[in-house]
Amino acid sequence: MSMGAELGSESAGVQFDLNGEPVEAISDPATRLTSVLRDEMGLKGTKVGCDAGDCGACTVLVDGDAVCACMTPLAQVEDRQVTTVEGLSDKGAMNHLQRAFLDHGAAQCGICTPGMLMAATALLAGEDSPTEQQVQDALGGVLCRCTGYRRIIDAVMDAGTRIEGRGKIVGAAIPRIDGVPKVLGTDRFGDDVASQDALLVRVIRSPFHSADFKLGDLDAFVDATPGLVAALTAADIPGENRFGVIAPFADQPVFAADGHARFKGEAVAALVGERQALLDLDLADVPVKWTEREPAMTLAAASAAEPLHESRPGNILVEGFVARGDVDHALREAVFVVQDHFTTAYVEHAYIEPEAGAAFLRDDGRIEIQACTQAPHMDREAVATIMAVAEDQIVVTPTAVGGGFGSKIDVSVQPILALAVHRTGQACRICYTRPESMRSTTKRHPASMQVMIGADADGLVTCLRFDGEFDTGAYASWGPTVANRVPVHASGPYLTPTYRAHTAAIHTNGPVSGAFRGFGVPQAAIAQETLYDRLADACGIDRLDFRLKNALRDGHPTVTGQTFERGVGIQACLTALQDPWLRARDEARAWNAAHESSPLRRGVGLGTCWYGCGNTSLPNPSTIRAGVLPDGRLRLHQGAVDIGQGSNTVITQIFAEALGVPTDDIELFIGDTDVTPDAGKTSASRQTFVSGKAAMKAGHALREALLRHGNVSAGADISLREGQIILRDKGAERSLDPGALPVDQDGFVFQVQETYDPPTTPLDDNGQGEPYALYGYGAQLVELTVDQSLGTVQLLCITAAHDVGRAINPQLVQGQIEGGIAQGIGMALMEDYRPGRTENLHDYLIPTIGDVPEIRSIIVEVPDGEGPFGAKGLGEHVLIPTAPAILNAIRDATGAIVRDTPATPDRVLSAIRAVGN
Amino acid sequence: MRLTRPRDLSEALDLLADQTWHLLGGGTDLYPAHVERPFAHPLLDLTGVTGLRGIRRTLDGWSIGATSTWTDVVRADLPPAFDALKAAAREVGSIQIQNAATVAGNICNASPAADGVPPLLILDAEVEVASSARGSRTVALQDFIQGNRVTDRKPDEMVTRILIPENAGTGRSSFVKLGSRKYLVISIAMIAARLADGEAAVAAGACSVVARRLARLETVLARRQPGDAFSDLVQPVHFDDLSPIDDVRASAQYRIDAARTCTIRALEEIGS
Repeated sequence: MSMGAELGSESAGVQFDLNGEPVEAISDPATRLTSVLRDEMGLKGTKVGCDAGDCGACTVLVDGDAVCACMTPLAQVEDRQVTTVEGLSDKGAMNHLQRAFLDHGAAQCGICTPGMLMAATALLAGEDSPTEQQVQDALGGVLCRCTGYRRIIDAVMDAGTRIEGRGKIVGAAIPRIDGVPKVLGTDRFGDDVASQDALLVRVIRSPFHSADFKLGDLDAFVDATPGLVAALTAADIPGENRFGVIAPFADQPVFAADGHARFKGEAVAALVGERQALLDLDLADVPVKWTEREPAMTLAAASAAEPLHESRPGNILVEGFVARGDVDHALREAVFVVQDHFTTAYVEHAYIEPEAGAAFLRDDGRIEIQACTQAPHMDREAVATIMAVAEDQIVVTPTAVGGGFGSKIDVSVQPILALAVHRTGQACRICYTRPESMRSTTKRHPASMQVMIGADADGLVTCLRFDGEFDTGAYASWGPTVANRVPVHASGPYLTPTYRAHTAAIHTNGPVSGAFRGFGVPQAAIAQETLYDRLADACGIDRLDFRLKNALRDGHPTVTGQTFERGVGIQACLTALQDPWLRARDEARAWNAAHESSPLRRGVGLGTCWYGCGNTSLPNPSTIRAGVLPDGRLRLHQGAVDIGQGSNTVITQIFAEALGVPTDDIELFIGDTDVTPDAGKTSASRQTFVSGKAAMKAGHALREALLRHGNVSAGADISLREGQIILRDKGAERSLDPGALPVDQDGFVFQVQETYDPPTTPLDDNGQGEPYALYGYGAQLVELTVDQSLGTVQLLCITAAHDVGRAINPQLVQGQIEGGIAQGIGMALMEDYRPGRTENLHDYLIPTIGDVPEIRSIIVEVPDGEGPFGAKGLGEHVLIPTAPAILNAIRDATGAIVRDTPATPDRVLSAIRAVGN
Repeated sequence: MRLTRPRDLSEALDLLADQTWHLLGGGTDLYPAHVERPFAHPLLDLTGVTGLRGIRRTLDGWSIGATSTWTDVVRADLPPAFDALKAAAREVGSIQIQNAATVAGNICNASPAADGVPPLLILDAEVEVASSARGSRTVALQDFIQGNRVTDRKPDEMVTRILIPENAGTGRSSFVKLGSRKYLVISIAMIAARLADGEAAVAAGACSVVARRLARLETVLARRQPGDAFSDLVQPVHFDDLSPIDDVRASAQYRIDAARTCTIRALEEIGS
């Protein structure tokens, strides 16, 4: 190189070794290595989660050392060896580490998996048999939001006992069926699907929580800026400039229309153009005149402020109410009463994959949108309304989803992509930046809750009163669901004869609060479960015994007056924790006695949950289609989007069991909204239950069709052999040749389609009725130490007993438990989204690999009468008990009562000091 | 062209004199600051400059070359006085960041929560700065960092080395970082401490706009007698010069309290 050599000039690109092959990159030498790998080299295995070194998803090796490719300029890899996830496998064959990730269930959604694999590869190059501490140190820079990290540690150490299955098909702990592409890095997520020539879309957003704005001449700006193609504004929207997940409340514009932006990050316009031209742009230069207004950022401010929406006086979006008996009278009569006020923070979903997708005009003239989503059919409906076309004029193809947890039920990029394609006629792509994702998409509702619970002289709970306000942000989203779910669940899984729960979802100028794993129930459980500990103490009863004494049983009425003849599993979950509870209490007592002069205090805490699976008193059908193709393949159209939780595997296992063939014989087909029927949204812990039940019905129907065609008895065995379907019945064997049968319009020779909608009834004015066809239950036990001088908390172990009715796949159950607990830990101890302040993953903290302790999962199976093979949902339940159990353990250790979460060190220390006063 | 990668120092200094640049080391602050906006200036990548990387014994102390990474610090053979610096190095972000981020970059970024600054302050670190017009000069680290994201570096200058004087390399040191999670965490408060015969150095980070030495405490510690308990010696008044802020990570009062607790623990770690 000569003096001042400018790398990457036309004569010479930057040469380096990529996965063992010499390459030359012609991108600008300042370009992030992520972009060089993904956009120039076409290697999409290296993922981008933040562009700031906060998540580690982009970890690659440079000369064997792990670095974040997002912060590595191309220039700095000149003449060096770069290894990416694509360099680990051999012609598509997993290496040992990738195989271990698959077998141990270390990959759920798969978006962090390449980064985890690369960080682990760097470690294992120098250390054959690393300790857990070494694994944590090496992987501490890669965030995972799904797994809770424990399977990843086991995979890297290739150690640990794997959970046992109970069953050959249903009940088998098989690795996830869609797992191989995830560990190979070949799974295609939202930002991995665009064609090379797609235009880029960037969105212009409000920099203020509340502001009036006037768009300048955006068309002139586009004309004056080389590479830009179009500006999109509300005026470009052919249909309604409005969307929302619950039709009667739909209120959110694609682009703020009336010259007023209601939250920081609200979209007002978008630009479409060549990728580099758009990336070179500072969006602050786009001509928009802003006039900041005084925002209402708290519940108190919002109640006094002008309504954000004219039709909602007092900024009340909706109220929820459930009542049984005269609660105020019961509280007066109660022998023991505890009460307190609690608040919780905005919690960000923080999936590692920001919202992303691509769209294009199909040959048939329709717009196809490929995006990460939890609800492809809802996306199609929303986009059709916005584009003023029939639903079948829009095709939505779900990509792999790099984590969702509720936020990817609402549309984000989908309508903007459709508008961009409609306007330009060209293929378009979009990927939110991390701050943009955090600003503009939904959050968990902050709650303000006043709760009173009473018990009689025998320690039986007699009554509970719950009054809660939930900050629903600027638009409705799932605010009504939170307001309705919380009153149904705020009793916890306990017999509560007299009850009154009132909730209100209140608009503020904060970010939109929507669906997040538990729909408000985790917030309510913090209040109820921590008060239960105090009530048990007041009654002089052991905290576990107190819960057992009051736990719901078969035949007990819930607070909505619903009774279940079977399947009420909370007693079984609590019973499973009895021995661990006694052991942990003894150990904590002994430890504290032996360390009297230490600032560390050890404590043990319990938390429990119940959670209704499916929509609250509303239809939510799932439809599953399946059939036999002429060449003998068994195809399962599976529309229950797998966001990492495992529905691709679970639905296949259920279908296979019902049909009576091994899962390996099933060809899983995800398809698009044209060919795969609606299995509803991935939400409300409903896929295993509702779509699973539809899959069971479809499996049974196909079995019946085959047996009837073969004229064999109901007990016959079905198997596949060289394109033939073999039916064995009492020693006789009959062969069906699908190739000889007529083919229907969908290409099947046998086709079945089955729908299941859980039976519920509407709630009356007092919230009485049957809101869910089934509930799942759980109980968790937390052991921790608190540093009384610093207020810091060290988690030691969490034991989790969850009743899933029937564990369709125990490995996936364990994965859900561990991942939910990790999110519960974050909610309890560190997660606090402040609009305008914590819009990145270094100011907004989620648990790292060092923050999740050993987790002991106890799978409890109390079969349900309604679920497929007795199964219940699990996805949201697992998060609910964790935060209250942690708070209870903090109090057990120190006496400190933390009323406001997260329990950050300064809050815990204040609470400890308050004990002495 | 948006990045230039000079190969020797004089070339780098000449380029620096010509125009405004973003100076690029490991990129771990520069790139995150440009997630949503383009670079305002071209990048002058210093990591290709010969001789700038490496940690060396000099005639009168130690020198840390400007492009030395935190991993270089971890791997370097250094006396126990540098244990605090090594401990801090292991807690800078993550291994990915330690492999790329430079010690000089940590100083020049001048974050109040820079992990590297307290351990360098207790080593009486000096910063060597060079320009083509004026040659080299040396500034004490505590004078070099002037405020939140403000340093004494002039636009035509770059940091070439960090120098640790011989007499600061004595004794033993420790580092305590307090954060809300285990890895990848910005400090709520941090303390670096070094004890040698008749000498003590203590610095607090994330508790004032610029990390600072606790002079009054150092005087008390230097006179300590055998048997004195650090928990008695370290008094709240010793932290009066700190001026922490309330923010999302912690309250100001908490930071002051925590600084004292962390100081006692850092000293006890050395003493044990």
